[in-house]
Amino acid sequence: MSIQTPLARVRYLGSAKEGSHHWWWQRLTSLMLVPLTLWFVASVWWLVIGGATYEALQDWLSGPIAAILMLLLIGAMFYHVKLGLQVIVEDYVHHKGAKWTFLVIITLGCLVGAVAAIYATIAVAFGG
Amino acid sequence: MALRDRPLSPHLLIYRPQLTSVLSIFHRLTGVFLISGTALLCLWLLSAAAGPEYYAWSQWFLTSWLGYALLGAWSYCLFYHLCNGIRHMFWDIGLGFSLRATYASGVLMVLASLGLTALSWGIGLAFYFTQ
Repeated sequence: MSIQTPLARVRYLGSAKEGSHHWWWQRLTSLMLVPLTLWFVASVWWLVIGGATYEALQDWLSGPIAAILMLLLIGAMFYHVKLGLQVIVEDYVHHKGAKWTFLVIITLGCLVGAVAAIYATIAVAFGG
Repeated sequence: MALRDRPLSPHLLIYRPQLTSVLSIFHRLTGVFLISGTALLCLWLLSAAAGPEYYAWSQWFLTSWLGYALLGAWSYCLFYHLCNGIRHMFWDIGLGFSLRATYASGVLMVLASLGLTALSWGIGLAFYFTQ
């Protein structure tokens, strides 16, 4: 008979209580990104066809629809990147310290990228 | 306390490649490659926020040969990841799990991603050159 407590036997074997949140948000961001990326590709082509001038970009991004869609794209995209890279690291990086380091870099990197892109979008949208 | 080793995903190299597994790993690879595109999107927006002279730099890079090559690769990877993502959504709601359906949707997805890439560049360039 084992002298382990029941708690010790099940610890690290059960649910981590966060898998469904990860799964669900990966799907929600995917769903958002389908129309948003198609809109973005079409918008880039529209800008290119117009000569891709600075004024054209400013005109486009200072409209409320383009600015809001761009901010949604940035948010959904960077969260999607964070969730996707996290799974890849969890699958392939076995060393605990390296895994932790990668996960921190990914999370903070996506946060920095998103904040920078959001700042730039707002600056262009409201910049004179 | 000794940690018990948790089960990990099987390794790529253990399996003989099949259409389904190859398309699956390319979903990951295109996803990782597209991250470089998000970095460029950041730089493009930041250069625009910094002013016309900085925006001119990103325009210079994007219209260089490397820029065009990257845009071509990103556009295909984006459509691949998007089409396969939609394939995943069908699986998520429980559709298309039979072996025959997974192969058929895989072939369809590759054709759709190629078609959308060609359509995007075809329409875009047609308008660009007639402008």
